[in-house]
Amino acid sequence: MSKEAILGGIRRGLRRGALPDDQTMGLHARLASHPRHLIPARSQVPRPEQVALFTRNLTKEFATWVRVPHTGEVPGAISDYVAAQNLPSDIVMAPHPELRDIPWDERPMLRLHEGRASADDLVSVQHGWAAIAETGTLMLPATPERPTTLNLLCDTEIVVLKVSRIVGAYEEGWDLLRQENHDDVSGGFMPRNVMFITGPSRSADIESTLELGAHGPRRLHVVLIDDDQTAL
Amino acid sequence: MLSTSPSFKENATQAMADPSLQKALARTRPQNPAKRLTAVAALPEFEQLRDIGRDIKNHTLAHLDFYLEAWESKVLASGGHVHWASTAEDARDAVLKICRAAGARTVTKGKSMVSEELAINEHLEKHGIVPIETDLGEYILQIRKEAPSHIIGPAFHLNREDWEESFRKVHTHLPADRVFAERADIQNEARVLLRDKFLAADVGITGANFLIAETGSSVIVTNEGNGDLTQTLPRVHIVLATIEKVVPTLEDATSLLRLLARSATGQDFSVYTTFSTGGRRPGDLDGPEEYHVVIVDNGRSAMIGTEFQDMLRCIRCAACMNHCPVYQTVGGHAYGWVYPGPMGSVLTPSLIGVDKAGHLPNASTFCGKCESVCPVKIPLPSMMRHWREREFERHLSPSSTRTNLALWAWLARHPQLYRIGTRIAAKGLAMLAGKKGRLSKLPFAGGWTAGRDLPAPEGDTFFARYARQQRAKS
Repeated sequence: MSKEAILGGIRRGLRRGALPDDQTMGLHARLASHPRHLIPARSQVPRPEQVALFTRNLTKEFATWVRVPHTGEVPGAISDYVAAQNLPSDIVMAPHPELRDIPWDERPMLRLHEGRASADDLVSVQHGWAAIAETGTLMLPATPERPTTLNLLCDTEIVVLKVSRIVGAYEEGWDLLRQENHDDVSGGFMPRNVMFITGPSRSADIESTLELGAHGPRRLHVVLIDDDQTAL
Repeated sequence: MLSTSPSFKENATQAMADPSLQKALARTRPQNPAKRLTAVAALPEFEQLRDIGRDIKNHTLAHLDFYLEAWESKVLASGGHVHWASTAEDARDAVLKICRAAGARTVTKGKSMVSEELAINEHLEKHGIVPIETDLGEYILQIRKEAPSHIIGPAFHLNREDWEESFRKVHTHLPADRVFAERADIQNEARVLLRDKFLAADVGITGANFLIAETGSSVIVTNEGNGDLTQTLPRVHIVLATIEKVVPTLEDATSLLRLLARSATGQDFSVYTTFSTGGRRPGDLDGPEEYHVVIVDNGRSAMIGTEFQDMLRCIRCAACMNHCPVYQTVGGHAYGWVYPGPMGSVLTPSLIGVDKAGHLPNASTFCGKCESVCPVKIPLPSMMRHWREREFERHLSPSSTRTNLALWAWLARHPQLYRIGTRIAAKGLAMLAGKKGRLSKLPFAGGWTAGRDLPAPEGDTFFARYARQQRAKS
């Protein structure tokens, strides 16, 4: 069988048989403790600077953003954005409780429906799970409340993110996931997929020249809710 | 993929005379190194990260059997399937079997060099299944029936007029007189067209930049989002990955990801970096119902324990070819197989044989730039030297090369004669060059001087000068 042939070939090359128990125990321990390597200093700064680093990187990567003081101002921020960009106000929204709690009724112009994105949806509102200041990256694990298609199919993706969910480095994001997420299928913490998104879709395949909007969203807009007093 | 590596010399001559390719090379040549440099300069820890990247990969390779089994058990635990494939044929069969079981008519594909290596498209087509490349560059190459010329910018060798011509020829349902005013118009036409393909496909095939033993995940990075549409929309997702892609933990992958995009495109991070683990979970509104990984050896395990083991550290960033004076002169197609540039010059002989690919490790000036930019510090020039040695040992190099090398070796072992010989040669060449100080023709080296002049030696040999200096000191 191929598996035995491949593992046998590897062991022949390494000039040994299968590893003895004491060594596999050490390797299992490394997997369990998943030690961190060097974390770049750029993101290891006080909270306000971390948030500033995040937004600076968003801009660098051609995303746009707005900061609002509380959840109540999210509908206004989104309808302003949609109007300014001349986008339709039919929006597909992630069926997430935190998004449901937003007082959308105050902006009846926005026509929201919940679910995954279909081919006809042009604007999505996604729930921001966490974000990485180091490179201006959104971290979006797939769950029933956070469908993946919302990140991919619409021309415009709007992500609503609480400032308290911005961390410095990717490793801090992984630790959050380990703490907060439970996957019933594997018994571990990894959901079906975790997307890290840094700016809108792009390609440089035509004459090595950057063009936005290749296959994914042409625009990425982040609405930041200032829920973190230490970050102000 | 059929190899034309044995005719590298002819390929290279043709490439240098190809105005369209030379135009493309002139455009990208300065671009990639500059972008990388900007990104690296913005991360002071980059050099330390290169050491870390090297060490992570070395640790994994030394325990590869363990990590592959650990990874497999996690894939199975999260509801995925693992198919082990020793050879390209095994891998092709595994992919076809999954596609058939899914009743697949069309298959969308994310960019994958392993898929090129295994010739998956040809195999699917032969069995009545239509593969559709969705990376913008790969899409146009599929239309034009060309191979990628670069591992991350597969169609960089094409110019705008080539894109327009191909799109007009193939997209016949659109008005023939439509205008492509901007590059964005070309890109948009592909976006609209491929969107329907994404939605209709029964199976999506992607590669993997990493596999994670800790969680059983596969990782892809793209800028376009085509890989994510490929692995999210169809009912079945197949990952093609080779055995050396596995790393132990998410933290290990994260450190390598800090190196990858910066070395590749000069981005801090690619737009989409996605970790996939198994298929759709209960309650999920989207995502594939089945998740399969075809884990491929195809010659890798035979490299372990040899002087070429370090090559398995490669994370396919393309920095080596972006900085290689040879690649930047002849482009990727001249190398004649899937992997071009310095990494290809080492990997290709390992995978298809030094008898077929012996020219490639010789196509190097040994300037060392590739090793100096490699994010995982692969000693590429030393390994090319190993291939040259093997080629010599196996008597694969031409007899004139062997005779000249033997002559030089004999001379080098007789220092007195060597010194006399070089003194005569230096004087003779200086005389031949005359006042110009340059030689435009040389006996036995017509090929070399056809493209450039040889500066004539000025004055004495190194040994003579050194001896004089030592005398002056004492």
